[in-house]
Parts: sequence; structure tokens; C-alpha cells
Amino acid sequence: MSKLSFFLGCIAPNRYPGIEAATIDTLSRLGVELEDLKGASCCPAPGVFRSFDKITWLALASRNVTLSEEMGLDILTVCNGCFGSLVDANNLMKEDSKLREEVNKILAEIGHEFKGTIKVRHIIEFLSQEVGVQKIKEAVTIPMDLNIALHYGCHLVKPSNERHLGSTENPRFFDELVEATGATSVDYEDKMACCGAGGGARTAVLDTSLQMVSNKLENMKAAGVDCIIDACPFCHLQFDVGQTEIKKKFDKSYDIPVVHYSQLLGLAMGLPLEELGIDQNLIVNEEFNKKIEKIRGGVK
Amino acid sequence: MSDIINTSDFDPEFRKEVFEEPGAEKIVLCFNCTGCTSGCPMADQEPEYNIRKFLRMANLGMKEQLLNSPYIWYCTTCYKCQERCPQGVKNVDTMLKIRTIAIKNGIMLDNHRKVSQLVIKFGHAVPINDDAKEKRKAVGLPDTPPTVHKYEDALGEVQKVIKIAGFDTLVADQEADS
Repeated sequence: MSKLSFFLGCIAPNRYPGIEAATIDTLSRLGVELEDLKGASCCPAPGVFRSFDKITWLALASRNVTLSEEMGLDILTVCNGCFGSLVDANNLMKEDSKLREEVNKILAEIGHEFKGTIKVRHIIEFLSQEVGVQKIKEAVTIPMDLNIALHYGCHLVKPSNERHLGSTENPRFFDELVEATGATSVDYEDKMACCGAGGGARTAVLDTSLQMVSNKLENMKAAGVDCIIDACPFCHLQFDVGQTEIKKKFDKSYDIPVVHYSQLLGLAMGLPLEELGIDQNLIVNEEFNKKIEKIRGGVK
Repeated sequence: MSDIINTSDFDPEFRKEVFEEPGAEKIVLCFNCTGCTSGCPMADQEPEYNIRKFLRMANLGMKEQLLNSPYIWYCTTCYKCQERCPQGVKNVDTMLKIRTIAIKNGIMLDNHRKVSQLVIKFGHAVPINDDAKEKRKAVGLPDTPPTVHKYEDALGEVQKVIKIAGFDTLVADQEADS
């Protein structure tokens, strides 16, 4: 059984806790134990806080990393933003001795020291590389016969010289994990396009940011999918809350349910629906719910 | 028609400051292939958002024009331009560096100030609320996550780091001018 610390970030625990619950339970069934990363903070959001002050960003991100170093465990994230922030900070602190010295001086004031002893993992690349598609297939009890639009998100695979996960324009590893649950990853136009939320853009220029996600939703709808699968609570929020905002602002309606991969895995492992929290989304699509119920043969 | 650029407005110190970011100095190798802007999803929405132009402005030292452009805040950091650049320019990292210089010069959006202040107060950019607590209980989790929300001394550590780095002063509300 492998063990990692679970870095929650902000949006999963504080807006979409079903993602948190589904992650703990599904990984445990795959032989991966998660331990609380007690006292962790915001990662902090890379495009935002790194945009404001690099040392503050690096010191706060490094503090989160040191908490896990002190436990002797690698970190697991379920969010592309947290992954981006923590991987970039971890790499930078390992490679740049001048920055490390500067940040460690700050961390010494609160009793921590960055040592550079651990790795930061994202649930998708971890499952793909360490657990493997075969083991996931074996753990699936209810193949989820769904057509889904997969959204990789940006910071899972980019910048590629920091992530080392292969092609950034046509990756396959996440599609393979989706297909292991019995679902079909449907191709759609501009599949690798950004959701529009990152870099502080959703906060700074909401309407333009929504226009970006609206284009993406349009392409997903044209492909005739049952739902979106993502691997980032911020993209998740942009798709879910974004659809309600688009309806209000642009009078366009998509009604596409939004599901994090951990929740899809939970559905396919027969976990109780109320634990997965998919119904806590703003977008609730009855047709989708009925389909899930039918596929799961009445498993609540 | 383009505006006439006055070379006496160029600020070489600004250029030097931007080039402190590793990979920013590669801008001098840009030969205008436009791979960055033609693939940019934000440029599709807002043609005024032109990262090639912004980086070339940085290379010329056009400090005032660049830092005061509202469009430097449009980048979503999708990194598509940085991936595609044949000259190895770190477009996004450079964009972020330009923003940090803007903020050092007192240019910051109110909404970004608010998000920063949430992290200073709660340790989270998106903090917990009552609705979220109910949702957590409904999925079988404790109502407060084991983050800085649960551990007060951990929040104290975060706030101390912020104070030492001077971030609280940097993003504090500005006095109204009038």
C-alpha cells in the first residue's frame, strides 16, 4: 500500500467536497492511503499570487511542501492549479540555491526548512503512472457506459519542461483512465483549449473568461456528450458556476453536468451517490441522473 | 494606424528588471513568427490582448504604456504560447514578471486585491462558508477541513510569512485619491 499526503487546496474542500470524499475512498480501494496534510493553506494560486509577488508565492507554496517533507510523504493534489503551483515551487526551490536560501530564511522564522526531499503528484498522472489502467479496470464494478467530454486543463501538462508528461497538444494518458471506467472519451473541437478561469482572468475579466468557457461548452455540446470529466476543481467551478453565469449574461443554456475524475471513478466503483456529491453542483441534469441510475441498476 | 513610439520614453532599467525572470531575456531572439498570438485562446476573445506585442514592448523598455495597459491582466496562463515558441521565450513567466512589476508600482485590480486579502485573513483564496460546511457533512466529511481552517497556529504561520515578505502592505487597500 502506498501512502501520500493529501493536499486539499481551496475549491475542493470549500466548494466541491464530493471531490475530496471521492478521492479518499476511490484511492483507498486502489491501495493508496491518503493522510491529512494538517495546516496546509492555499497553494497559493500560481497565476494569481505569483503574478503579485514571487517571493510570497514561493514561500507559501514551499511551506506547504515542507509540511509534507516533515511527514516523509509525497504530496497528492486533485487540482491542476495546486499541482502547477506546488510542482513549480518544488522544482524552483530544488534548482535555484539563491532563491532557496532567501525563502528558507523566511521559513526558519516559522520553524520550517525546505529540504527538497519529496515529489508533488497529481491524481491523474499518479494513477496513470503508479497505479496503472489495468488495476483501475479490475477495481471497476459498474462500467460507466457514458459518452464524456474530457477536459485535461492546462497546468496538468504545461509547461511541459516542468511536467514531463509527453504531448501537450494531443495527450492520451487521461483518456485511457477514463476508458478504464467503461466510459467513451468523445473527441471534440479544441479539446485541449483552456477553460478561461486561470491566471486571475476569471477574477479580473469575468465576461471575457466566460466567453472562453462558452466556446468550449459549445464544442462539447456539438459532440453530444453526457457530461464533462475534469481533473481540477477550478476548471470544475468554471464549467459549473460558469454555465449559470452564461445563462444569465448571454442567455445561452448548455445543461452539461460536470464531474471530476475521482467522482467518475466513484460511480464506476459503486460508491454511494450521496458521498460523491455530484448533485451538489449548480448544474443538475435530470436526464443524466436517470442515465446514471439506470447504468448503476439502482445502486444509490 | 499605429501610434508613433518615442524612443526617449524607453526605460532600459525596466527592461533589465523584466529580464531578471529566467527565459525573459530570450525575447531578443523573437523573429515575429506570431506562433504565440495565433494560438492564444484569449486573443481569440480579445484582440487587444497580444502577448507578442507586450513582450516586445518590454524588450524596448516601454514601461508606462505596458504597466498601465488593462490587458496585461487577461492572460489565463494556459502556457500554449510558451510551449509553441521556437525561440524558447518564457512568454507566460515573463508576463507574470511584468505583472509583479506593475503591482510593485501600485497598479493592481481591486478584485485581485480582494482575493489577496482573503488569503491574508483566512489562508485560503476561496475560504469555507456555512453552505460548504453543510455540503461537507452531506458527503460524510467533517464540517471543517484539516487545513489552516482547522489549525489556528498554522494560519498564524501563513500570516507571519506574509508579513515578513511584506505582502500585506503590498496589497493593502489604497487611500482614495480625492
